[in-house]
Amino acid sequence: MKKLIALLLALALTLTVCAALAEEPVVLKIAHIGPTTGAAALYGLATQHGAEIAVDEINAAGGKYQIELITEDDEHNVEKVINAYNAALDAGAQMILGSTTSKPCEAAGAQGYVDRVFFLTPSASSTAVIEDKDNVFQVCFTDPNQGSASAQYIADHKLGTKIAVIYNNADVYSTGIRDTFVEKAAEMGLEIVSEETFTDETTDFTVQVGKAQEAGAEIVFLPMYYTPASLILKTASDKNYKPIFFGVDGMDGILSVEGFDTSLAEGVMLLTPFVATSEDEKVKSFVAKYQEKFNETPIQFAADAYDGIYILIAAAEKAGITAEMAPEEACDLLIAAMKEIQVEGLTGSMTWDESGAVTKTPMAATIVNGVYVFED
Amino acid sequence: MIFLDHLINGLSLGSIYAIIALGYTMVYGIAKMLNFAHGDVIMIGAYIAFCGLQYWGIPPVLAILLAMVFCTLLGVTIEGFAYRPLRQATSLAVLITAIGMSYLLQNIALMIWGANPKSFPTTFINGSNIRIGQLNISSATLITIVANIVIMVTLTLFTSKTKLGKAMRCVSEDRGAAELMGINVNRTISLTFAIGSALAAVAGVLLCSSYPILQPTTGSMPGIKAFTAAVFGGIGSIPGAMLGGILLGVIEIFGKAYISTELGDAIVFAVLIIVLLVKPAGLLGKPMREKV
Amino acid sequence: MTKAKRKRLIYNLVTYALVIAAYIILQNMIGAKTISRSLKGLLVPICAWIIMAVSLNLVIGFSGELSLGHAGFMSIGAYTGAIISGWLMAAFDMQDPTLRLVLAIAGGGIVAGIFGVLIGIPVLRLRGDYLAIVTLAFGEIIRNLVNVLYVGTADGQLHFAFLNKKLPADVTMLVDGAKGAVKIKPISTFTVGFVLVMITLIVVLNLVNSRAGRAIQATRDNRIAAESMGVSVTKYKMMAFVTAAVLAGMAGALYGLNSSTVVPTQFTFNQSINVLVFVVLGGLGNVLGSVISATFLTVLPEVLREFADYRMLVYAVVLILVMIFTNNPLIRSVFGRAVAPVKGLFRGKKNSVSGGEA
Repeated sequence: MKKLIALLLALALTLTVCAALAEEPVVLKIAHIGPTTGAAALYGLATQHGAEIAVDEINAAGGKYQIELITEDDEHNVEKVINAYNAALDAGAQMILGSTTSKPCEAAGAQGYVDRVFFLTPSASSTAVIEDKDNVFQVCFTDPNQGSASAQYIADHKLGTKIAVIYNNADVYSTGIRDTFVEKAAEMGLEIVSEETFTDETTDFTVQVGKAQEAGAEIVFLPMYYTPASLILKTASDKNYKPIFFGVDGMDGILSVEGFDTSLAEGVMLLTPFVATSEDEKVKSFVAKYQEKFNETPIQFAADAYDGIYILIAAAEKAGITAEMAPEEACDLLIAAMKEIQVEGLTGSMTWDESGAVTKTPMAATIVNGVYVFED
Repeated sequence: MIFLDHLINGLSLGSIYAIIALGYTMVYGIAKMLNFAHGDVIMIGAYIAFCGLQYWGIPPVLAILLAMVFCTLLGVTIEGFAYRPLRQATSLAVLITAIGMSYLLQNIALMIWGANPKSFPTTFINGSNIRIGQLNISSATLITIVANIVIMVTLTLFTSKTKLGKAMRCVSEDRGAAELMGINVNRTISLTFAIGSALAAVAGVLLCSSYPILQPTTGSMPGIKAFTAAVFGGIGSIPGAMLGGILLGVIEIFGKAYISTELGDAIVFAVLIIVLLVKPAGLLGKPMREKV
Repeated sequence: MTKAKRKRLIYNLVTYALVIAAYIILQNMIGAKTISRSLKGLLVPICAWIIMAVSLNLVIGFSGELSLGHAGFMSIGAYTGAIISGWLMAAFDMQDPTLRLVLAIAGGGIVAGIFGVLIGIPVLRLRGDYLAIVTLAFGEIIRNLVNVLYVGTADGQLHFAFLNKKLPADVTMLVDGAKGAVKIKPISTFTVGFVLVMITLIVVLNLVNSRAGRAIQATRDNRIAAESMGVSVTKYKMMAFVTAAVLAGMAGALYGLNSSTVVPTQFTFNQSINVLVFVVLGGLGNVLGSVISATFLTVLPEVLREFADYRMLVYAVVLILVMIFTNNPLIRSVFGRAVAPVKGLFRGKKNSVSGGEA
C-alpha cells in the first residue's frame, strides 16, 4: 500500500513538474509561394487557402508548434518566383511550401538548392522540380508517374485499345504526363491513333477533337487542367462524338466550374488522390471548413497544400526544428527527417525517399450524375 | 466532308474576329488610335451577360441587351476619361494609355469575378445542331455567322445613308474640315466608341457561346488576332475588317488542321506579314498619300 | 563648345556617373551584407531590363518606329546563351563561368543581330501602324517556333530537332520545346551586368550623337525631307533596328543565364509591352530616362508586394494617370511652369517627342 501511494505521489509530482516546465509553443515560419494573381491564380489561391485551413487547425489545437504563414505571389512566372522567394526569406521564412506550379518551382528550387532552403511543393509535379537537387520534396505525384499509371489502368481495366491524346504543348505538366503515357501505352499494347496539341491560348478545339473522331478513338486521354478539358468536352458533344474521356489530377475541379453543364462530363474518368465528395471523415471535415471559410468547394490543390502543412509539422517535429533556426540549418535536418516519416493525409498515406518523390497510391474516379465516384 | 467541316468552323471563328475587328477599325478610322482595351471590353460584355443569365435569371435576349448597354456606357466613359484628354498627344502616348486601360479592365474583372474560369451557359443558344450528311453544324456557329452578316449590312447602311453615319465618315477623312462644316466632333467620336463597344458586347457573347470559357484574360488573344485582322483587311475600312476577320479565321483553322496545331498562330501571323509586304496598306486599305 | 554640345556632354556624363555610382554603392552593400535578398536578386534583371529599354528607345525614340516584338530578340539571346553555355561545358569542359558568360552573351547578341537583319528587311519597308503590327507578328512567330525547338548535346556535338523530338538517345537536353531552356547553370553576375549596361550606354549615346545618329533622327523627323537630302532611309533605320536587336540579344543572354530555366512564355507580347512602357515613361529619346524608368518599374512591383492583390490594379491606374498628366497640354503647361528649371538640362532631348510621328 505504501509503495502504491509513493508511486502515485511520484507520478503526480512528475506530471506537475512537467506541466510547469511545459515549453512555449515553437513558432515556425512557413512561407507559401504560389500564383495568387494572374492566369494561374486559381491554383495558387487553392494551395494558399488549403494551407490556411491547416494552419488555423494547428494553431487552434495548441500543441508543440504554432505556425506563422507568410504568403508570397509568384505570378506563375519563372522570374518573379525568385523575387517571391527572396521576399519570403527576407520576411524570416524557415521553409517553403511551394511553389504551386512546376516551372516556377523548378527555378525557385534550384535557387534554394544553392542557398540551402527546404521546399515542400504541394502540387508542382514535373520531374525537373526534384531532379539534381536534394532540397525539394513533393506532396503530389510526379507527372511521369501519372502518365504511366493512367496507361496501366486503361490496359488493366480493358477500357479500349484505340486511344487519342490531346495535350498542351506549352505546358510542362501536360507534356510530361503525355511522354510517359505514350511510352507505357506502347508497352501495354495500346494503340495511339491520334495525337494533337494545343497551347495556353487555344480556345478552339474543333481540329483536335475532329482528328480524334476521324481516327476512331474509343478513349481520349486528356493530360491537362480542367479549363481546356471542359472546352474539349463541349466540342465533342457538338460533334456527337462520345468516347471515354480519361483525365489526370488536373481534371479535378471541372464539376465546380460555375455555369458548367455537368452532363457534358458524364462518364469522364480521372486518376486522382482526392475527391471532395468522398465519405472519408477527414475529407468531409476539410471540405466543410473550406466551404465555410471560402465559399467554394476545394480542388485537389487545396488538399495537397493542407497535407503539405501537416507534413512540414511532422518533419519539423522529427527534426527538432526550433524557432530561431535559420533556413540553412533547418534544411539539412528536414531533408533527413522526410525520409523517416510517414504521413496519413487527405491525399493518401505518404512516404518519401531521397529523390524527393512521394510514394502513395493513385486511385481512379468516374463522374456519374455530376458526382465523383471512386472505382475499386 | 472534313474540309467543309473545317471551312464552317473557320467561318464561325472568322465571324467573331470580324465583329471585334469592326470595333477596332471604326475607332481607328475616326480617332486614329488603336484601342487596345477593346478586347477587354469584350470580356466585360461576356461577364455581364453571364451574370444576367446565371445569377439574375433574365431571358437571353435581355441579357445580351444589358451587356450591350453596359459596354456602350463603359466605352464612352473610357473615351471621355482616358482618350479625349490625349487627343493632341502622340499616337504612342495614346497607345500606352490604351494598354493601361486594358490592364485596368482585366484587373477590375479579376477583383469582381475572381480568377476561377466560368463556363458560359450555352443552353440558351442551343437548339438542334444542324446535320447535313456527315456535317455537324452547331447552332452557335450558325448564329455567329448570321449575326456577322447582319451587323455588316447594318453598319454599311448606317455609314452611307444616315446623317450620323456620314458624319462619322467625315470626321475620319478630315477632322478639321468636319468641324468647320458644323459637325460636333466630340459627339461623333463618342458615338463611334459607343457603337464599337456595343459590338464588342455582342462579340463577347458570341465568343463565349462557341468557346464557353470565361476568365479575365479571355478577351486578350482574340483582341490581338482581331487587331491583326483589321490591319490585314486595311485599317479604317469596314468591309476590310469583315474580310480580314473571316480570312484570318479560315486561315487559322486550316493552318491548324493541315499544317500543325502547334504552329497555328505562327501561320496566321506569317500570312499577315506576307500580305502586308505585297499590299502594304492591307487588302482593302487605301494607301496613305503623303503631302510633301 | 556650343551650348547644345555642352548640354549633351553633361547629359551623357550624368548618365554614366549615375550608373557607376549605383554600381559602387550596391557593390558595397553586397560586400557589407546590408543588402536585402530581394534587392540582390533583382540586380541582374534590372541590368537586363535597362539594356532592353535603352535599345528599344533607339528604335522608337530615335528612329521613330514602333516595335512591338522586342521581347522576341531577347528570347533569341536567352536561348542562344543557354545553348552556348551548356555546349561549352559539355563539349569543351569549360568550367570558367565568366568566360562562358562572356561567350554566351556575345553569341546571343550575334544571333539576335542576324535575326534583326532578316526581320528588318521586310519590316522596315512598312510604315506606322503596319510596321507595329508586323513586329508584333514576328514576336509571336518567334515564340511559337521556340516552343517546338529541341536542342541537345551528345559527344560534344549539338543536335537540333524541330516539331518532332527526334534526338539521339543519350543526349543531354539544352532546350526542350515547351519546357524551355533547362538545367542552366546560372552564371550571370551583377558585375558583368553592369559592364554590359555601360557598353550599351556607350554604344547608344555615341551612335545618337554621331553623324549616323543625326541621320537616324532625320529619318524619324521627316522621312521625305531626309530622303531628298540623300540620306538613305532604309540603311539608317536598319542600323538602329539591328543595333537594338544585338543589344536586346545580349540582354537576353544575361537574363537567361541568371536563372536555372527559361520558358517561352516569359517573352510574350505582354513582355514587349512592358519594355515599351519603360521607354515611354522614361521619355522617348531620353536614354537616362529609360535607365531610371526601367530600374524603377522593375523594383516597384516588389515594393508593392504587400498589396499584391491590388498591385496590378494600382499599376494600371498609375500608368493611365501618368500618361494623361504628361501628355495633356493643359496639365502639362501648369506642371511645366513649376518644374522648368530642372527640366532645362533635358529639354534638348524631350523636344524630340513632338517631332516623332511616323
